[in-house]
Amino acid sequence: MSGMAARLTVFCGALIVAFASEKMIAQEITSFADRPDLSPDKVQSGFNFLTAETQQLQTDSFANPGYLWVDKGQRLFTDSKEGKSCQFCHDANSEGSLIGAATRYPLVDSATNALVNLEERINLCRTRHQQLPEFIYESDELLSLTAYVANLSQGMPFDVVVDGDAEPFFNQGREYFFQRKGQLNLACSQCHDDSWGKMLRGDRISQGHSNAFPGYRLEWQTFGSLHRRIRDCDVGVRAEPYQLGADIYKSLELYLSWRAADLHIESPGVRR
Amino acid sequence: MSTIRIAAPTIANKGEVIELKAMIQHEMETGYRRDRFGKEITRDILKYFECFYNGESVFKAEFFAAIAANPFLSFFTTATESGTLEFRWIDQNGVASSQSVELEVS
Repeated sequence: MSGMAARLTVFCGALIVAFASEKMIAQEITSFADRPDLSPDKVQSGFNFLTAETQQLQTDSFANPGYLWVDKGQRLFTDSKEGKSCQFCHDANSEGSLIGAATRYPLVDSATNALVNLEERINLCRTRHQQLPEFIYESDELLSLTAYVANLSQGMPFDVVVDGDAEPFFNQGREYFFQRKGQLNLACSQCHDDSWGKMLRGDRISQGHSNAFPGYRLEWQTFGSLHRRIRDCDVGVRAEPYQLGADIYKSLELYLSWRAADLHIESPGVRR
Repeated sequence: MSTIRIAAPTIANKGEVIELKAMIQHEMETGYRRDRFGKEITRDILKYFECFYNGESVFKAEFFAAIAANPFLSFFTTATESGTLEFRWIDQNGVASSQSVELEVS
């Protein structure tokens, strides 16, 4: 489709035309001194790389289309037509409250010792506790529920565990971030660590943080998961993309959550 | 049925101009795109939107293929009497949906 073609052109253009260097308008700067292996010394949300109009779209809680999914997620969360609702265990005023839960994902599930992200946790809850079938990854229902749960942690920083059982996953995710891939032979880090703030044709390269997702993307004209967003980058460098929900994307998600540590969760964010 | 988000005041003074906002969850598929196998994606759009204030039409819009996904409408009316604001929308196949909110005018 034209979207993909445009992206490929964008990346080709990047190789031929040198990155135009322009000064970033810094708004939200956090110290990153205690994480020496990260090259950006100033962590900035992708929000700062948007146009004023798109920023306004995100901050206006009515105009932000992502709230359509948050609202729908809330309805699913309290829906008890098929038995126990999510709210039955996770009432906001109870011990099971999910406020802040999204900040801790992905995490290692103690029962299976596998890395689990928020989408998967919702599906595990359905099969383990609600005796309901899993939702398909990227289905409207799963996106909506994830949007609702992520939105409960809006304004909070990520708080993921990267040592102990999680360490191998973390290392795998970090490796993927620095791994050159695809026909264009580019690693995530080359754009999002080394070249953020520069222009890639019409767009300013962001630092590639995950704090807006699940979120609404103008290019998609719909709501999508972080894995869909990562997949787009893989396709952009002409690498063979993985399936949504793939282990490697979950590991990368863990690395990204850690990398974005001081940034606040914005979900539902709006991105171009 | 598609989802709608409505922003409307619940109380207003008589004669006050009030803003009504609606956002309808809809793909608004243009019919001009092709999928990755080259097959045409069938057009699927909303055609009409209308807002009734106690049965009287106060705003209507006709949509075409160039309207972005999840159309967002914002319009104004004058609060004259307490009653119901009904938001109705119809897709290209004639399937109608509606949602209402109550307005109290003092």
